[in-house]
Amino acid sequence: MGDITQKLQQQIAQAFSSNSPLRICGGGSKDFYGRKIQGDNINVAEHCGIISYEPTELVITARAGTLLSDIENSLSEKGQMLGFEPPHFSDTATLGGTIACNLSGPRRPYRGAARDYVLGSTILNGKAEKLHFGGEVMKNVAGYDVSRLMCGSLGTIGLLLDVSLKVIPKPEAESTVILECDVQTAIDKMHQWVQQSLPISACSYANGTLYARLASNEASIKLAHQYMGGELINDTKYWQQLKEQQLDFFHTEMPIWRLSLASNAAPLNLQGEIIYDWGGALRWLRSDESADKIRHAVEALGGHATLFRNNVNQLDPFHELSPGIHAMHRQLKLAFDPANILNPGRMYADI
Amino acid sequence: MQIKPLSNDEKKSLIRRLQLILPREAVLHLNEDLTPYECDGLSAYRNLPLVVALPDSIEQVQAILKLCFELEVPVVARGAGTGLSGGALPHSDGVLLSLAKFKDILNIDPVQRTAVVQPGVRNLAISEAVDQFGLYYAPDPSSQIACTIGGNIAENSGGVHCLKYGLTVHNIQQLKMVTMQGEIVTLGGTGLDAPGFDLLALMTGSEGMLGVFVEATVKLLPKPQIAKAILAAFDDVVKAGAAVGDIISAGIIPAGLEMMDKLAIKAAEEFVHAGYPLDAEAILLCELDGCDMEVAEHIERVKTLLEEGGATEVRVAKDDHERMTFWKGRKAAFPAVGRLSPDYYCMDGTIPRKHLPQVLKTMAELSAEYNLPVANVFHAGDGNLHPLILYDANIPGELERTEEFGGKILQLCVEVGGSITGEHGVGVEKINQMCIQFQTGELTQFHAIKKAFDGKGLLNPGKAVPTLHRCAEFGAMHVHNGELSHPELERF
Repeated sequence: MGDITQKLQQQIAQAFSSNSPLRICGGGSKDFYGRKIQGDNINVAEHCGIISYEPTELVITARAGTLLSDIENSLSEKGQMLGFEPPHFSDTATLGGTIACNLSGPRRPYRGAARDYVLGSTILNGKAEKLHFGGEVMKNVAGYDVSRLMCGSLGTIGLLLDVSLKVIPKPEAESTVILECDVQTAIDKMHQWVQQSLPISACSYANGTLYARLASNEASIKLAHQYMGGELINDTKYWQQLKEQQLDFFHTEMPIWRLSLASNAAPLNLQGEIIYDWGGALRWLRSDESADKIRHAVEALGGHATLFRNNVNQLDPFHELSPGIHAMHRQLKLAFDPANILNPGRMYADI
Repeated sequence: MQIKPLSNDEKKSLIRRLQLILPREAVLHLNEDLTPYECDGLSAYRNLPLVVALPDSIEQVQAILKLCFELEVPVVARGAGTGLSGGALPHSDGVLLSLAKFKDILNIDPVQRTAVVQPGVRNLAISEAVDQFGLYYAPDPSSQIACTIGGNIAENSGGVHCLKYGLTVHNIQQLKMVTMQGEIVTLGGTGLDAPGFDLLALMTGSEGMLGVFVEATVKLLPKPQIAKAILAAFDDVVKAGAAVGDIISAGIIPAGLEMMDKLAIKAAEEFVHAGYPLDAEAILLCELDGCDMEVAEHIERVKTLLEEGGATEVRVAKDDHERMTFWKGRKAAFPAVGRLSPDYYCMDGTIPRKHLPQVLKTMAELSAEYNLPVANVFHAGDGNLHPLILYDANIPGELERTEEFGGKILQLCVEVGGSITGEHGVGVEKINQMCIQFQTGELTQFHAIKKAFDGKGLLNPGKAVPTLHRCAEFGAMHVHNGELSHPELERF
């Protein structure tokens, strides 16, 4: 428990001098995510603890190994929360893994993604240098935004030691409107409601049912419900199960694809079942279609597809980058990790 | 790497070759044509570029960058030139690449709530164009009438609504960028994320050091059902600061939360007659927006909190007209302060809000020490201070003293855990303070990032990130807590 920076720093320094790859491990809750890699485990889970939490400043700073649940509990005690509603996928989920994967829950389109809440971080780069970027203030444009660059980089350009996040107050109340309708009506309504400034905090469509979560005070929710129609329920179970992938839809051995595209993109002509999240901008696809066909269909609409779960054939999970962008990734990887020892190949074969 | 000065023949050749890419009138090289480009919004720094290029197509931008890459000529990109940190200060041996002709809004998607715009589109023009759909573009730097979106992205501009609606980085979705090698790449996507590293975040606020932006997809927000404003006067700035914490602790995130001190209040009131109480030591302006019912409830709670927090007067705007009047004074604060003195110098530090009393006290002491008055305008909700130092550039040495005073304010911001710049950028202005904000390791990492995109160091050289040698020289002058910064470097 506590600060094991030195130990981590030594391990990276050793790996750097012996050119031996490291596999960064937190709670293991997202081991399935990304490419399978070889390397000596470097365990960050013990590097834990909330360093500071100032409710009136709306900022929390914690070590990367801190359990996500500990952070959420601490915030909850003060009536606050993480605005990006991160999935846990297991009780062992840590802050570091959450940021390294940049995964965000149903609230994302309306309140922002993990990357939107990162204010600063301390990292160890591939040369075992301890570096601090950003800080604990909302506005900070000194230097390149390396803290945000760390979000979603899967540990390939730095090991996260600690992260500072902006937090937000919990809404006074949240309730969900549910409505039976076809998919096109659902997509139209999801857009229409937001455009009318209704207090939407999540929108999903699954199995012929549209779910719209409202976050405000009771009076506003009641008024919004009157306008929207459907049934108003106080149950949060659907959102919890959607976020944690516990709905029946996810209980499968078929590949689960994560499709990210414009919220108003046309329905995809792909076999399989789809659940809509993020007001249409995130679509979970359960399908046996070929990876090429899925990627091609999503790319044609300007989006990208990730083979999220059940990647039995060990395909490249992430969408191919354009050559120009891929070259930038290579250059950046080298700029942070010249010996190529931090989670090498976790994102792409050479990243 | 060092930029080598061009010989006269090389200069002529550069201009000739630019004229092959662009029409003659889009290549400016005579002194009288170059003068309008000699500075940006920070006019204390001036420099004529070798040549100004005014392309109007992405292909031309690519060709110009390819040429400059080949000839190893520096390139400084410029939008409207409203920046306050000298980020667009020209390079004497370089091309000043103006994106002013890229003025078109290419597409508005009211359903997905995005707009595709060229970099030279003015910030406010976006909100005006999408108003018909009940939408707006949230980041609103005070220069929004003139500043352009390309510059906003390069600086990660903020505004008065950041606490609730975020900075530029939170409000763009896709970016087309031309690299120093002349290649075009698209960052981000049509959805809410993209595969790979978050290059969009890296580019936002990169101050023209990594690429030239030629097209952006911005996110639009639906206009709130209602906005209400409240003005509170305090006889003590510390009480005003504490009241800000009270509001946020109560779970309320205002759309805007601004503080002004006595000198700023006086200046604004004399200038625009916003009805500000002149006997107050500080005023808070708080705007709440959202759903009718929620705002109605929150405004009552904020009113009570302010009264309990010791406000000497609390006024809720009766209507939109009065709300706009409240804001008029705040929005005119900079020019208003400008009337008090021949020149003023606008600082841009951020601090954790809890340190406000200490920072204001130290600033007042410094103000007395330097004998230069300071008016304070403060984005109180997000901890972004804008101290305005009043000075007279015609008095020999006064600008230098002002800069030194400003430097100390920024150092103070870093000492309390804040930042030397919240939204104006580093540019040339705060390059020395970067040596206080960061250590050798971080600066070296920044240079490595720069090299990953611009190995020859041609994009906006000398800005944003200081060389280690510069920091060593600066460190020799500024010993912090008895410790020399960057002790590993030799001194010059």
